Amino acid sequence: MSKMQLIVKGLIKENPTFSLLLGMCPTLATTTSAVNGMSMGLATLFVLVLSNMAISAIASYIPDKVRIPAYIVVIATFVTILQFLMQAFTPAIYETLGLFIPLIVVNCIVLGRAEAFANKNTVADSALDGIGIGLGFTCSLTVLGLVREILGAGSVFGFKFISGDGILAFVLAPGAFLALAYLIVIFRKLTEKKA
Amino acid sequence: MAMESSFKNMVACLLVICLVCSALLAGVYAITAEPIAQAAIAKTNAAIAEVVPSFDGEPVSGEVEVNGKSYSYYSVSKDGKVIAYAINASSVGFGGSLNLMVGITAERIVYNTSVLSQSETPGLGAKCTEESFAGQFAGFNPAEKNLAVKKDGGDIDAITASTITSRAYIEAVKNALAAYDAIVSTIE
Repeated sequence: MSKMQLIVKGLIKENPTFSLLLGMCPTLATTTSAVNGMSMGLATLFVLVLSNMAISAIASYIPDKVRIPAYIVVIATFVTILQFLMQAFTPAIYETLGLFIPLIVVNCIVLGRAEAFANKNTVADSALDGIGIGLGFTCSLTVLGLVREILGAGSVFGFKFISGDGILAFVLAPGAFLALAYLIVIFRKLTEKKA
Repeated sequence: MAMESSFKNMVACLLVICLVCSALLAGVYAITAEPIAQAAIAKTNAAIAEVVPSFDGEPVSGEVEVNGKSYSYYSVSKDGKVIAYAINASSVGFGGSLNLMVGITAERIVYNTSVLSQSETPGLGAKCTEESFAGQFAGFNPAEKNLAVKKDGGDIDAITASTITSRAYIEAVKNALAAYDAIVSTIE
């Protein structure tokens, strides 16, 4: 597989949100606006790249039976580092995402990539895989956040284009499910023709 | 390929990983502790500056207890005289705790309020942070007006479809006023 393919596959063929349906909990909860969705995506991207690299580097020294606890410790370390950094330098975003930052530890995308890719591939390939999957996740979350923000609040990235409120339900939980479902339908329809 | 899963290997491996990870975390913590503390102070100071008239010097923090509940407050002064108190007061809203910074001047008039944290419904109760509602408290004199929503016979317009949040906001301002009275009485 070429280096380029490693990145591109995360965007379409193995897109974590629309194709693999992984990481649904943060997807539904944090996409109340495009900015929130994008920040969550980028936070996950950061953890994904670093943990993929670290795990692929140490995988051959880890006995098989304790690999999951070892991976979780590595992932949790990077998540905590991210948490410290966000708290220090981007307190506003840290507050909006709140609980969902520590929950990246148990995000199945991160552990899934460690198990399925990083422990059998080189450090460089694992980094590219992390970037690809992370970008796929970021794009999906931004699109979902954008759709919910346009419909629910009548704004794009915080800039209002209509006065008054949108369809309130789209900012709340039910709208997350509805918007996600329709986006998956559209995504599947578009990618089906190519295959 | 992977190492043999003997007991000794497993213990050694996890031990090394945990040691390296904790060392890494300790390092990052040491670097970020200072900016994190500063960000918190900056946030508090910004909230104080928003709710009191312009002052000189640094706000002085203190604690006061009313009905078994303790409130933290900051007094600000100008030309050596205390002109206002910024009181951190909270109440229970619709979605959880509603935390306000309430500025009360030495004449017992609410100067301004600002929301520190809230978990009200987005699009409904969360509008309590907006000027159209929160602005009603700026310059509010509890001696002349009735601090309650219109539905309860007061002078505050509630947020549409969010009476519980509106009442909680008023409750927090009332708590702040009670704390203010306690502060003043301990000084005199």
